[in-house]
Amino acid sequence: MPTGTEHNETDILGPELDLPATPDLVPRAQGKLPRWAPWAILAASAVVVGGILATVGFSIGLWVVLTVVLFALATYTTSRVVEGPRKATDRLVTVVVGSAFAIAMIPLISVLWTVVSNGVARFDAAFFTNSMRGVVGEGGGAYHAILGTLIITGLAALMSIPIGMLTAVYLVEYGKGRLSRAITFFVDVMTGIPSIVAGLFAYALFALVVGPGVRMGFAGAVALTVLMIPIVVRSTEEMLKIVPNELREASYALGVPKWKTILKIVIPTTAGGIATGITLAIARVIGETAPLLIAVGITTGVNLNPFDDRMATLPVFAYYSYVSPGIPREPFLDRAWTAALVLMVIVMLLNIIARIISRAFAPKTR
Amino acid sequence: MTTTEVTPEPRTAKPVTQLGDRIFAGSAKGAGILILIVLAGVAAFLLTEAFPAIVAPTEDLPGEQNLLLYIWPLLFGTLLSAVIALFVATPLAVCVALFISHYAPRRIAQGLGYLVDLLAAVPSIVYGLWGVGVLAPASVGLMTWLNTYLGWIPLFAGPVSATGRTMLVTGLVLAVMILPIITAVAREVFLQAPRLHEEAALALGATRWEMIKMAVLPFGRSGLISGAMLGLGRALGETMAVAIVLSVSGVVTFNLVSSGNPSSIAANIALQFPEASGLGVNVLIASGLVLFVVTLAVNMLARYIVNRRSEFSGAN
Repeated sequence: MPTGTEHNETDILGPELDLPATPDLVPRAQGKLPRWAPWAILAASAVVVGGILATVGFSIGLWVVLTVVLFALATYTTSRVVEGPRKATDRLVTVVVGSAFAIAMIPLISVLWTVVSNGVARFDAAFFTNSMRGVVGEGGGAYHAILGTLIITGLAALMSIPIGMLTAVYLVEYGKGRLSRAITFFVDVMTGIPSIVAGLFAYALFALVVGPGVRMGFAGAVALTVLMIPIVVRSTEEMLKIVPNELREASYALGVPKWKTILKIVIPTTAGGIATGITLAIARVIGETAPLLIAVGITTGVNLNPFDDRMATLPVFAYYSYVSPGIPREPFLDRAWTAALVLMVIVMLLNIIARIISRAFAPKTR
Repeated sequence: MTTTEVTPEPRTAKPVTQLGDRIFAGSAKGAGILILIVLAGVAAFLLTEAFPAIVAPTEDLPGEQNLLLYIWPLLFGTLLSAVIALFVATPLAVCVALFISHYAPRRIAQGLGYLVDLLAAVPSIVYGLWGVGVLAPASVGLMTWLNTYLGWIPLFAGPVSATGRTMLVTGLVLAVMILPIITAVAREVFLQAPRLHEEAALALGATRWEMIKMAVLPFGRSGLISGAMLGLGRALGETMAVAIVLSVSGVVTFNLVSSGNPSSIAANIALQFPEASGLGVNVLIASGLVLFVVTLAVNMLARYIVNRRSEFSGAN
């Protein structure tokens, strides 16, 4: 792989500079490894490590790890002998950075594979149409939990989207001075509130109002709102800042009042971006477990009233099915994995929808 | 909102203010203030509910344990797991961000960025189930190896847990969870590194790594620090992964591979809260208050570093 040439874009070189364009014309003190050399070394390392492991006992994981280690060492040594220490370090870092990326991909693939392979067993119609009322062993489903998740997340979105968007409008269009700086800072701080603390807050709030031991869907929605507001504010703020000032000035010049300019010019211009941000915010909070565990609890039947008593939600359903299964265990574990799968499918769908929205409504660049 | 279609008077020099304007500006400002009230409310309600536990005599508390003695092992476990996660995730995140920003071919770099972002989209309960179902059994071999050959280090003293539900595995799961956060911040700052500096370094004959070392990393250092601290804040507050993965005994120990571990504040709340009653609830809320304060401090420090950096950004 020829290093050091990719970033030399010719557009920064003035036309009068007549520099050699091909790397071969640059004088080199040392030799250069051919392009195929890294691949050859990689193949050789794989074979050598495989041969050694075959004698002592083979395992895929160990084979991959040792191959990469040997590859890095062999590349460094070869390159050092042929090309000198600087090129050798460069190649070594390339191997390290590349394998770091590969390592980071392992958990993603492993998580996806585990959830899909374990969850697909109960990914059937009964799971989406039955609740857990009266179910002791096989069968049953998460109909009640799916409804609960939708209701609570919907309520949270209803509360946090207007507050978040209005705050962003204030910060971008109106805010100056100390108040806006304070809001910006505390929105940042709010991003870091642990989800369990948000749950405790919602519980403490409703315990003071209703009485201790309170569990209700609305309390969970309040907790999720606390978590969702800063995300909505941040993303909306970023989007509003992108809108060019010329649009606002043109509108003012036509005599349109400021509030109408914001509602009819600024927000529609960037509606796609705002919708993307909101979708991602919903995706963030829909998988939250801890606050719902605290403030909403769990139940086996369908409860559609968020202001009365416990509700089931998908993450909490998965959690309880896993940590306190009944007897026999297997149906409960299967349901836990399927609930996790449904949750992931919902989150991935929301992410894909967000990407589609941002693609479709991307600001037209001339 | 009532729309009042008034044609503006041509002679007015100052901007037109209408009723709609005042309502809209007022409600925008009100929403901003509401956020401040909510944040103050979080602190206030937690204080109110934690207060009975703070003033109660030791004999009345569950287990007749001093509140500080109760919270200390939890705080220790919280910090320990978060620090392990940070140590594992930060170098990895820097490499991943460099790979995306400077090594991968331009055409696929953005796609790779999405892949890393997908890691952030996985709900924490899924990570918990994955940690206890896949990672914990898979890492027993690694931990046995560490114990056999590095057992003289107190961290790996053992005896090795047979289930793999140890502090080390918890830290690794947390590392996977905070990796995308740190990577996102690192990628941003690496992409912002001045292009001309990079090209100048390459033009002087630097290799790609020398260019990164001289032009990219110094520029991104404070951004990296703040990204790492944001990740730390996330790891401190993570609940479900710790609650599911870690096997808890309440001892304070640096031993990372045994089955006796301190719990974390967040996980302890999640595990105890559903069954807690009376003063027990107040004790848990008091521990939550401690967590709130710790994460608040970490996040404010991170934001302070970011903001200080933004004054320098663009300065060549």
